[in-house]
Amino acid sequence: MHSKLILRNLRAVGTAVRCFQSSCASSSAQLNLETQNDSRNSSAPVFPVDFTSKLQVTTERDVPKIPIYQVLGSDGRLIDSDQRIDVDEETTVKMYEAMMRQNILDGILYQAQRQGRISFYMTSFGEEGVAVGSASALESTDLVYGQYREAGVLMWRGFTLSDFINQCYSNDEDLGRGRQMPIHYGSRKLNFITLSSPLATQVPQAVGSAYAFKLAKNGRCVIAYFGEGAASEGDTHAAFNFAATLQCPVILFCRNNGYAISTPSREQYRGDAIAGRAVGYGLAAVRVDGNDIFAVRNATKYARDYCMSNNIGVVIEAMTYRVGHHSTSDDSSAYRSKEEVEDWDKSYNPITRLRLFMEHSNWWNEEKEKLLAKQIKADVLKAVAEAEKKLKPEISELFTDVYYEMPDHLMEQSAYLADHLKKYGEHYPLDNYKK
Amino acid sequence: MAASSKLMHKVFQDASQFLKVGCRLQAQNVICRHASHFTYFKDEPLKEFGDTSKTNMFQAINSAMDIALDTDSSAVVFGEDVAFGGVFRCSMGLQEKHGKDRVFNSPLCEQGIVAFGIGLSVAGSTAISEIQFADYIFPAFDQIVNEAAKFRYRSGNLSNCGSLTIRAPCSAVGHGGLYHSQSPEAYFAHTPGLKIVIPRGPYKAKGLLLSCIRDKDPCLFFEPKILYRTAEEEVPVNDYTLPLGKADIVKAGSDITLVGWGTQVHVLLEVAKLAEEQFNVSCEVIDIVSILPWDKNTVCESVKKTGRVMIAHEAPLTNGFGAEIAATIQEECFLYLESPVKRVTGFDTPFPLIFEPFYIPSKWRCLQAVKETVHY
Repeated sequence: MHSKLILRNLRAVGTAVRCFQSSCASSSAQLNLETQNDSRNSSAPVFPVDFTSKLQVTTERDVPKIPIYQVLGSDGRLIDSDQRIDVDEETTVKMYEAMMRQNILDGILYQAQRQGRISFYMTSFGEEGVAVGSASALESTDLVYGQYREAGVLMWRGFTLSDFINQCYSNDEDLGRGRQMPIHYGSRKLNFITLSSPLATQVPQAVGSAYAFKLAKNGRCVIAYFGEGAASEGDTHAAFNFAATLQCPVILFCRNNGYAISTPSREQYRGDAIAGRAVGYGLAAVRVDGNDIFAVRNATKYARDYCMSNNIGVVIEAMTYRVGHHSTSDDSSAYRSKEEVEDWDKSYNPITRLRLFMEHSNWWNEEKEKLLAKQIKADVLKAVAEAEKKLKPEISELFTDVYYEMPDHLMEQSAYLADHLKKYGEHYPLDNYKK
Repeated sequence: MAASSKLMHKVFQDASQFLKVGCRLQAQNVICRHASHFTYFKDEPLKEFGDTSKTNMFQAINSAMDIALDTDSSAVVFGEDVAFGGVFRCSMGLQEKHGKDRVFNSPLCEQGIVAFGIGLSVAGSTAISEIQFADYIFPAFDQIVNEAAKFRYRSGNLSNCGSLTIRAPCSAVGHGGLYHSQSPEAYFAHTPGLKIVIPRGPYKAKGLLLSCIRDKDPCLFFEPKILYRTAEEEVPVNDYTLPLGKADIVKAGSDITLVGWGTQVHVLLEVAKLAEEQFNVSCEVIDIVSILPWDKNTVCESVKKTGRVMIAHEAPLTNGFGAEIAATIQEECFLYLESPVKRVTGFDTPFPLIFEPFYIPSKWRCLQAVKETVHY
């Protein structure tokens, strides 16, 4: 009774403050609110917790840290022998092949950039299991918003080696029409929203798409991938809060690989990393070993069911390690030791771990391994050779798709450029472009 | 027709209800002293749009959103405080009629509001989002400029957010100070991929807003908040749209072209009247309506005819949208110009509270500019 009275008084004070600010309510309106007999009839804020007479400060140490869910040990054996895995030999091999394709493609395109054949590249080394494992748990109609280190999702969904390579070479077969930097992939057919460079912008966008799907009752889920660095952006805060308050079936998938370019995660946050933030927003959370493809798959599958049946966002945080440099514009030895990288790659590599599991299951051997690696390498090199020969898109495509229909001023500018090139064309690389 | 003091009192109440600053009496003094910096000139709706009723601008906007929700089952309206009707009453009654899933409050976070709208649009919904004041659109600048505007282009048309409309009350209101008065159109006019529209009254607002909502590109719709209640005229009750990217010659004339948008159009109409009376000058007044893309042809045709031009806007001078218009006019109409292109705008200062009467491009500053331009 006593605490109820305090509650009521506090509510009255709160109302008075708001009325003062908006200079709108008369004092009688406050009185009316105060005499309302049941707070459930009012939308005024209430405190859903108990009062205490003891002054206490809550610190990070008072809240248990979220443990990391694992299925496969680094020796490739199940951590808990009773644990069941819902994948058969065929699916497991498919997952392995997707990771291997990603890994070999990365190796070759990284070299292509070093040789100046493409302008930029970012590898997924060490994080192949995060992308492929989560993608394998989704429906193909689920909409994906990525950051840039999740090419394995596209790999799993059937983006071809040529699709990847044509984008990096900005040729006429690039689905994005050569407008964005390499690795900014997108596919309407595969429900993968085209990537953009500004970090975390995609996360609250994914929440909006999830709301649209909820209203359309189409059974589709939305997943947004982002790194632990991007999680520091305001947009990630917006996404977490909107996903909770507007009850959106969305998976907010964080790849925590320890670094945002040169910034180690201890300079990125001080709490229980990213998953630890979820409950503060009223979201559900799972933390998972990102180098364990089965754990990632199980967690994503569970999160998908959970968010679809409860209409609420779920945060998954996959703990992993960025084995490669941040990008081709970065030399990571400037801020971390080679030994650290080698240790991680040796002890926690997601590809090695799955390979060991497959070998223990008699699903894989040295011969198959060699054959697969050889085949992928040959496929990639063939696609690269083809992509290099292809012309770039027509120059006029510089002006299309700015708007749905080209406005007059862009038509004028397009005509101006065409005229200019008639007069000064020899000073431009016209031969590289389709006519 | 000057706005009656009773009407202005209502405007004050409505606006000040949501201003987080100032004491009531002081604000009342301010508004009584210089609220009517313009006289509202009514529009005549096209006959073909059918029956009309007397409607102010917030009601016209409400009607447009109501029709959009009726005619498009995927449409949703959201933003801060829109559920109870909005702080300017624009979404009044919409939640009751269309349901809590389609008209709803968002958390207080502008970057989230715009991003959420982009996501809705990408997934096939029609997103009608509200930023409470144009002054608070800047947290969403990244989402608008880097994301919404570039979505179609960067994806090679694989995806787009064309069904996104962002509404935001803008411009002077008499006592809005720094953060309830801004006219940020020029910031966005530098961004290919956006459409930007500013109506001058209820009839235009309804038709243009419906066009923005149905347009296949992301649109920014800035609503001069001082017109919400002061502007009242006959507005078609049915569904109608008005073209984007098209300027209106609101008054024909032969000696000088006056170009403006939003509230300033009414200032310019009064200036035209004063110029006619005081020094027998015939002004052609153009509302450019769309800031991006803007109707260069209508403006340049007029200037070629009159040989003189004055552009007026509330936003600051330097890099204001008037600069773009002026540069284009000198390029297109060089041989026709008989005097320099004149700009009358807000000063290059933040928008001040107590000095508002001296800051805005008032009819007297505009009149002086007309006189000087004609006598150049």
